[in-house]
Amino acid sequence: MNRRLHRIMIYALLSIAAFVSVFPFLWLILGATNISPDILSGKTTPGHALFDNIVKLTQQVDLVQLFYNSTKIAVIATALTLVVASLAGYAFEIFRSKISDRIFAGLLAMLSIPFAALMIPLFVIMAKLHLINTHTAVIIPTVASIFMIFYFRQATKSFPTELRDAARVDGLNEWQIFLYIYVPVMRSTYAAATIIIFMANWNNYLWPLIVLQTNDTKTITLAVASLLSAYVPDYGVVMVATTLATLPTLFIFFVLQKQFVQGLLGSLK
Amino acid sequence: MMAQAPGKTTLTGWLFKGPALTLLAFFMVYPILSSLWMSLQVGKGMNFSFGGFANMWRLTQDAVFQQALLNTLTLLVVQVPIMITLAMLMAVALNDPSLKGRALFRTAIFLPCVTSLVAYSVLFKSMFAFDGVVNRFLEALHIMDQPIPWLSDAFWAKTLIILAITWRWTGYNTIFFLASLQNIDPSIYEAARIDGIPRWAQFIKITLPALKPVILFTTVTSTIGTLQLFDEVNTITPLGGPSNSTLTLSLYIYQLSFKFMPSFGYAATVSYVIVVLVMILSFIQFVVARERRRP
Repeated sequence: MNRRLHRIMIYALLSIAAFVSVFPFLWLILGATNISPDILSGKTTPGHALFDNIVKLTQQVDLVQLFYNSTKIAVIATALTLVVASLAGYAFEIFRSKISDRIFAGLLAMLSIPFAALMIPLFVIMAKLHLINTHTAVIIPTVASIFMIFYFRQATKSFPTELRDAARVDGLNEWQIFLYIYVPVMRSTYAAATIIIFMANWNNYLWPLIVLQTNDTKTITLAVASLLSAYVPDYGVVMVATTLATLPTLFIFFVLQKQFVQGLLGSLK
Repeated sequence: MMAQAPGKTTLTGWLFKGPALTLLAFFMVYPILSSLWMSLQVGKGMNFSFGGFANMWRLTQDAVFQQALLNTLTLLVVQVPIMITLAMLMAVALNDPSLKGRALFRTAIFLPCVTSLVAYSVLFKSMFAFDGVVNRFLEALHIMDQPIPWLSDAFWAKTLIILAITWRWTGYNTIFFLASLQNIDPSIYEAARIDGIPRWAQFIKITLPALKPVILFTTVTSTIGTLQLFDEVNTITPLGGPSNSTLTLSLYIYQLSFKFMPSFGYAATVSYVIVVLVMILSFIQFVVARERRRP
């Protein structure tokens, strides 16, 4: 009896949590089909305004340009981060020395420095390099991600040393070992890292908000925020824009959820 | 001939680390030092002059800063423990292999962490409107007789921000707890069950000690995250909310640097307040974790 009650409580808890977690997504889709006053008065049935909202959105922003900018920034940043962080993470685990370990400890300490403490000097650097309002300025500071270096270093601990030794016997040099042995063996680690980095860049807000100043360079995330900050925001339009901004990450999550979670499991060990 | 000279291997190692270290030197180490230097400068815009500790003195006179500090700490102290406890509960519930629909529950609970901070802020702002769906729901359940002024009252605005962050990050932290729970050997629970140890005692004696490193990890990362809170407050309650009740330190830094007449030196000083807070709080959390480890 006690055990049965326990069961019921667990199911109740999880059902409430699942409902609370999923409801805002339903709200998002409902909102995209409704007019602004209906959204703000809590209407929970689908409306007929979807087409109107889409038309209004395309009149207010250049969707193609926004998606192009977001995709360009996220793809380039992800590719560069994967290369730079996996090389460094691998090397901090494989080529160890006293200095190397100390530098790594220093990097971990910097992980706790808030971005707010860096953004003003970063802005000044970008202004001096004439990179304000460019995508380069958005991408460059994110590439050497300490979190990702740490992530790859942890994952490298599970990379079998025998593989390295065997490759050496076969006459491969260090770069070849990395490229032809490490990268293929660690592909699930790379898959998980790709998801995490891509999402972080796609969703990035504060730094792009500071650096990108004209409509032709802005990302979809910035566009959503600026539509919302209008004096009287049209929530139907904002909901359509938010749906579009969320779709790519939602898609990645559903298709690659296993890699995402397994990757995290691998890095924790 | 097979083994390479150790010196050459070390050089290769540094070449591997080179790109990351170079980038970090320019975009991490230099900004940290530069910001420290700026915090000693006074002036508006690009006209600086050396001010020594003038900015630090200004902190003690600045009521807005003090409110931002208090707001940030309040959000931290209330939100982080609630979220960590919830994440742990979710993980324990989800870890039960006999649970039906486990994959479905797990997907649902992880789902919020794919949304961008701006996107979910949009959702919360609209759901918590005065006549919005949440107030309607609360009225329908007879929890409240009249709508809650979520966006226009100082107390409720803070509560809304706490609810929003909890929604976004609980599932994310659950992933870490779940991963850690799966590393516990199930035979330990089996032995405890045979010995007739009740479930709550199993949780306290077996589960909690095994989760200690993850509790520390999630608490430290959540603390850092909350101290840096910006996106949500800037989107849900722009300009710091009703009577600055949701003005956080990061939002204040942003306003000082990019909204009003820029005052970079003073903004840098405020940013170092966050650095100091992060260091103190991480240190305390590590010490507490270490002491608890002793039997």
